[in-house]
Amino acid sequence: MRETILTKYFSNNRHVFFFLGFLTLFTFAVVILAEGFGLGWLGTSFVKTLGKTLCLCMVAIAMDLVWGYCGILSLGHFAFFALGGYMIGMWLMFARTKLVVVAAAKNLALPLTEEEIKSAVGTQIFGVVGGAEIPNIWAFADILPAQLAFVILIPGALALIFGWLAFRSRVDGVYLSILTQAMTLALALYLFQNDSGLRGNNGLSGLQNIPGLENVQQSLVSMYFFIASAFILGIIYCLSNLIVSSKLGNIIKGIRDNEERVRFLGYNVEGFKLFIFVYTAIISGIAGAMYYPQAGIINPAELAPIASIYLAVWVAIGGRGRLYGAVIGAAFVSLMSSYFTGGQAPDIALGFGTLIWTDWWLVLLGLSFVLVTIYAPKGIGGVFDLLAKRNND
Amino acid sequence: MRANKVHLLISNRRTIKFIDLNSWGSDTFWSPVMISKMFVLIFLVSFIAIFVFSETGIASTRFEDLLEKNSALIKKSSSKTVEPVLAKIRAFGGPVATRFLKHWKAKKIFLVKSTGKFVVGAPSAKNGKKMVTIFSIATNKQLSVNPARDLKQLKPNSGVRAKIASSLVPLQLLSGSLDERREGIETVERKVERPHIAPLRDALKKESNNILKKRLTKVFAYATIAFSNDDNEVKAAIQSLYEDLSIGTRAALNPLLSETIDVAETLPTNVNLARVIIPNQSIRNWDGSVQKTNTFWQRTPELNTLTAYSLLVEKNLAPNPVSSKIRDAKIISLAKNGIVAGVRLSSLNNEASRDAVYDWLVKNKGLPARVDEEQMSAIIEKYVFFARYNHSSKEVVQTAIKVLTNINRKVAFYQFLDLLLDGISLVSIYFLAAIGLAITFGVMKVINMAHGEFIMIGAYTGYVIQLFVPNYTISILIAIPAAFLVAFLAGIILERAVIRHLYKRPLETLLATFGISIALQQIAKNIFGTQARPLTSPEWLDGALVINDVLAISNIRIAIFVLGLVFFGLILFVMTKTRFGLETRAVTQNPSMAASMGINPERINMLTFGFGSGIAGIAGIAIGLFSKVTSELGSDYIVQSFMTVVVGGVGNIWGTLAGATMIGLLQKGIEWFNPSNTLAAQTYMVVFIILFIQFRPKGIIALKGRAAEV
Repeated sequence: MRETILTKYFSNNRHVFFFLGFLTLFTFAVVILAEGFGLGWLGTSFVKTLGKTLCLCMVAIAMDLVWGYCGILSLGHFAFFALGGYMIGMWLMFARTKLVVVAAAKNLALPLTEEEIKSAVGTQIFGVVGGAEIPNIWAFADILPAQLAFVILIPGALALIFGWLAFRSRVDGVYLSILTQAMTLALALYLFQNDSGLRGNNGLSGLQNIPGLENVQQSLVSMYFFIASAFILGIIYCLSNLIVSSKLGNIIKGIRDNEERVRFLGYNVEGFKLFIFVYTAIISGIAGAMYYPQAGIINPAELAPIASIYLAVWVAIGGRGRLYGAVIGAAFVSLMSSYFTGGQAPDIALGFGTLIWTDWWLVLLGLSFVLVTIYAPKGIGGVFDLLAKRNND
Repeated sequence: MRANKVHLLISNRRTIKFIDLNSWGSDTFWSPVMISKMFVLIFLVSFIAIFVFSETGIASTRFEDLLEKNSALIKKSSSKTVEPVLAKIRAFGGPVATRFLKHWKAKKIFLVKSTGKFVVGAPSAKNGKKMVTIFSIATNKQLSVNPARDLKQLKPNSGVRAKIASSLVPLQLLSGSLDERREGIETVERKVERPHIAPLRDALKKESNNILKKRLTKVFAYATIAFSNDDNEVKAAIQSLYEDLSIGTRAALNPLLSETIDVAETLPTNVNLARVIIPNQSIRNWDGSVQKTNTFWQRTPELNTLTAYSLLVEKNLAPNPVSSKIRDAKIISLAKNGIVAGVRLSSLNNEASRDAVYDWLVKNKGLPARVDEEQMSAIIEKYVFFARYNHSSKEVVQTAIKVLTNINRKVAFYQFLDLLLDGISLVSIYFLAAIGLAITFGVMKVINMAHGEFIMIGAYTGYVIQLFVPNYTISILIAIPAAFLVAFLAGIILERAVIRHLYKRPLETLLATFGISIALQQIAKNIFGTQARPLTSPEWLDGALVINDVLAISNIRIAIFVLGLVFFGLILFVMTKTRFGLETRAVTQNPSMAASMGINPERINMLTFGFGSGIAGIAGIAIGLFSKVTSELGSDYIVQSFMTVVVGGVGNIWGTLAGATMIGLLQKGIEWFNPSNTLAAQTYMVVFIILFIQFRPKGIIALKGRAAEV
């Protein structure tokens, strides 16, 4: 076999090969089994759940990069995730409301002027928070490319400013975690206000209706998003693996293990940290932009500080410091959560009472999380290490 | 007058009794002198008795006559027609009239259907039948118990009741009973009316009770300000309110400053001018003075072009502008086959093209011309806009402004004081919530995300104890040590089972304790349900310490402040003056050295963690007292607590106090600028803290030297 760059890459990073292979197989399997194109064994809502899970895997990879590889326990990445969602949500809501307004005005004698359309859209969107004016931050909401750029730019810019401030003054460890948590809280509190311009605690809704795809069935739309999510997840996985397996990745891991030593070797530690922080924030933003059109609604409760802690939980259970660990953790825990809290799991009758899963799942999750932290710091990913060791022996 | 006579009668009767008991049968009693005296006495007594009885008798019948004569108006009373009747009743006066009016207002007057007489009734039930016990209006004596269907209840509507209340005032103000007078004053304080002035003046002369006299004076001043035509009298009344901070006073003075915006070609001289308004430029200050807009404080000008122009239109000084709605309607109505002025309707999708079409119509079809903003501005410039006070006297208005300025300044001061006290109580709460965390996080370098759940455990402990001990005072006294104990034990279990394995890995403690946190929250939800549980404070904590009309401190705030103070002292004492505190500090600084000195670090760690958790439990009681107990109680405070500890400086109790002070006062301070939006205040506060940590990463009180490195 001729040795190309690609084959060399895959032979050095076998997990990328396995991951991409598995992801492709999984995608094909879902496409065949789902309603949209194939046999119809999987319902639309389940396909959406799978698509959303893939997005959560993306943000888990981001979390793994920043925490598992760089040692920064950020409790703010879900804020970037939600910001990405808000950015795309603005376009989805604005464009769709505009279509509705124009369609409703079809029979009027005079066609609507630009101002009339804007004010009608404003009343439609902001009537619920007692306003009719379109806030300035919606200036570009009509332009899809602009909002797509914001999906990357806004989380990136926030991460850049915040990270620069924090790393510059050498806030690290626990303090940084609390600071990122404070940032998330501030953002959530800001968005909860009615005059934040993003509809307060109502959030943005109706995001599953994609403008321009009105005549396409939701089962098909869900398939598009599922395939796109899988594709982006694959790209992010490869890109992130390129970073961590490069020299840059070694420095980052060095920072995690001993920041002072890396600094004494002459590296600009803050720059590397900032790079990883911003890069992962952008990934989170993209993941959010893919997630919320499938979820259909976004509101400030999504970025409560606890969501970011759950993100850390997924990565820890999956196994830090390995990209596939993050993916496994996010997929496993989030699917389990939706299974047990969705009320589908059968209750277990014990001698003294009934174990109702919806009530006790969180208790189980919390305690199992404690056990994993104490006794299995490598998480589920550690199992692969054991297997590899056995093979080598 | 009549009351005095009755009193005399009674005393006379006593005299008779006295004679009866002591003198009957004795010799002196039958002496001629005595007998003659007796006759005189008997004559006198009987005369007075006849006089008094007949008078009451006459009075009552007269009053009943009065009612009967006006029975139609009383039966079907309406606020428009009831006044003459009320005037007659007022003129009649006396306790009978007062009693009738009060019962009428309370819907207790019934009409006996058979006789057409009015009586006082008290509904009751007997053998499942509706009955009414009726009393005479004149004598207030019980007459009989009648079935409800024989009577008709008078139900005056709220308008009539207000009139009755107003008519009651003069009667009540001059009444002999203190309670009646107080009731009367309360009615006037709610709404003073023109006819009240005279009775108020009379009452003020007579009133002997000091507190009531004060209130009367104030109400009389309000009445004078509102209704008197004598400017000097009004000015004196305004001056008398110089020191008064109550809302009533401000409500009485503010109408004096009411104004009307007017327009004329030249500024008139015969009006009480408040200010000249320059449209689009001048801003109104609260006292009517004018200020020009500047770019610094973007405040909207008092009049913009459109409102100024509409004022001109109102005064018929300018033609009506054609609104875009009218314009569009005209265009549509004049269009034929979708074409108007040679233009397709479907192409008119912007303002400019519609204006152009309309202007063409103006020229060719004789429609009224549009007035655009430029033309409006040109017209406006020809006129003077000004505000004039509705009150005619300049001096009165100036006095009112002067007094109001003083009052507002004082009110602002007390409001600031109130805010400060509010801030201090918030500081106490943050301090209580964070101090336990400061011990575990600061002293032991352990992140305990479950700290909030210890607060929750404390609050639920209080709730459970209140289920068993119904007396709130005793139950709170039991709950405080019990909450400490329960949270202490929970803390020790957590330390032994989880945290002890993770002392080397602080970030992972954060995650493990987070797992504990969600598990504990869910367990609490499973046990106590999702609805909020009350933790009721004892009655003596319900009131407030009222300083004046603006400033009142609720007792619960004081109690929490005291609790915070006590615990600050207690923790400081434990950490600096006791063996346990010494050992804790030793283990914090150097565990192995401490161990070689005979201290058991494991034991100390365990106890310190338990101690911090126990204090969180007590904080739970304090927090539960003013908010409801839910499973999310703790997580609401956890982020704030972390910030308090970090901002204050880790490992230092004084630092926690400083952090709590800064965060609490800051939050209240920001709320002051934007009182309607507490969320915004919290947002800005968190942003401020993020920035603060940039400049002082180790907190307000940073440890120096070796202790900082540990």
